[in-house]
Amino acid sequence: MKKVKNTASYLYLGLIFLFLYAPILVLIVLSFNDSMSRTIWGGFTFKWYANLTANDSIMDALGTTIRITLASSILATALGTSAAIGIHYMKKRHAAIMLGATNIPLLNADIVTGISLMLLFTRFTPLGEFSVVLAHIAFSVPYVIFNVLPRLQSLSEACFEAAMDLGATPWYAFYKVVWPEIFPGVLSGFLMALTMSLDDFTITYFTKGAGVNTLSTMLYTQLRKGIQPELYALSTILFLLAFVMLLATNFKGNSKKEVADK
Amino acid sequence: MINRLRTSFLATPYAIWILICTILPLFYILGYAITTSEGSFTLSNLTAIADPVHLSSLWLSIKVAFVTTIICLILAYPVALILHNLKISNKGFVVFLFILPMWMNFMLRILAWQIILSNNGILNSILSAIGLPTVHILYTKAAVTLGMVYDFLPYMILPIYNALSKINDSVIEAAADLGANWWTTFTKITVPLSRDGILSGIIMVFVPALSSFVVSNLLGGGKVLLIGNVIEQEFTLARNWNLGSGLSIILMIFVLVSMSIMNRLDDSENGGMIV
Repeated sequence: MKKVKNTASYLYLGLIFLFLYAPILVLIVLSFNDSMSRTIWGGFTFKWYANLTANDSIMDALGTTIRITLASSILATALGTSAAIGIHYMKKRHAAIMLGATNIPLLNADIVTGISLMLLFTRFTPLGEFSVVLAHIAFSVPYVIFNVLPRLQSLSEACFEAAMDLGATPWYAFYKVVWPEIFPGVLSGFLMALTMSLDDFTITYFTKGAGVNTLSTMLYTQLRKGIQPELYALSTILFLLAFVMLLATNFKGNSKKEVADK
Repeated sequence: MINRLRTSFLATPYAIWILICTILPLFYILGYAITTSEGSFTLSNLTAIADPVHLSSLWLSIKVAFVTTIICLILAYPVALILHNLKISNKGFVVFLFILPMWMNFMLRILAWQIILSNNGILNSILSAIGLPTVHILYTKAAVTLGMVYDFLPYMILPIYNALSKINDSVIEAAADLGANWWTTFTKITVPLSRDGILSGIIMVFVPALSSFVVSNLLGGGKVLLIGNVIEQEFTLARNWNLGSGLSIILMIFVLVSMSIMNRLDDSENGGMIV
């Protein structure tokens, strides 16, 4: 009975993974398809990969995407981490107000966030890469805060005080006692901000202005006239990079654990 | 105490940020919503929701978002439960496999569904190969719903999984020891204790599903007009920012109302992520 249940569980998980990964498989196959058509298989080719770096518009969009993603996720992590520490030590009532406001971008529809930011930005600054970075920070800071706060809450106040009593300066005590505890939260907040920024379309679309294109907005404009096959190749590379990184951190985590077990 | 006061200053940059990038934009959109393009006061951008075209797209959005949320919940709960009960050392890795698809561009993934679902597409090739009747669902509500379920499923799985991880396993064992069968344990213990996760999941799926316009553009082929599509068109094609803002405000009110209903259901107040 238990065996049947286990098999059924794995089968179900497998089906869900198939559902989630089927489109990705299709795109990987398309990146090797020697035909401009999406529906006809024209034989196997590497030419979209070979042509990739020669395609200026794609390289341009890739550069823009990387700049925006890195800038916004790093700034959001810095802003969010310091905010989380500040909020944690605030009076309850003030903290509640701050957290309420932090929830707004999470609860608001992307389209409303994007439009409202665009309406604000058009008044003060020309839309461009800078405004997109600001907009991305706006929607990713909450993820950082909500990843760091629980870590702070589970932190024992006594450790920090003990460090201070033993003569550590506040900074030294923070660096040695608080930081190692909250670091996993900071890291997962950063990774979430990174992923959200990389995958965002709606908010970028409304705040980018003419002439600036990330990979997402570039794809959107190409939907009608047909996607450049190089984009399938690029996406495959990005996806495989993420996958390899995941495997690497997984194995690193494993070996660490084994050492700890010994 | 002095220490406490000084540390809370670390939140000052963020407080300023909230004022400028969270609160101020809302006033801007409200400002546009209640004025005409000449700048005089009007409520017509808000009452425009009563226009039959807008009303039917709002209604359609609600229906699609509702169905999407239900399907996600039904699909995601077993996944979260199975993941939770998985006896392997590295669950984090498996959990991450649900986030990994997001590293393939969202637009391309939805486009891939277009290829899978099209009349001569992969799905129909498989169906006819095994002798089943083919389906023609591309550019229908069904395709849009499928695309949304696909896109938002991880947002339902992860919060439920996190909530399940917080349940103390001995509570479940205690229920079994006291003679509860699997079903009773599940409905009386597991589900109520994972309620926070379910509610976060519902919100994280329902809100984006209600306002999405890209999935309906790609898989609805212009035939499925959701409220998100209407708003987007007011900004990009019709260039009526005032009307677009008015409809956005209506959408926002709608989201807030559904949220407060959800909050009413959730009487525990532990201020987790979302709700």
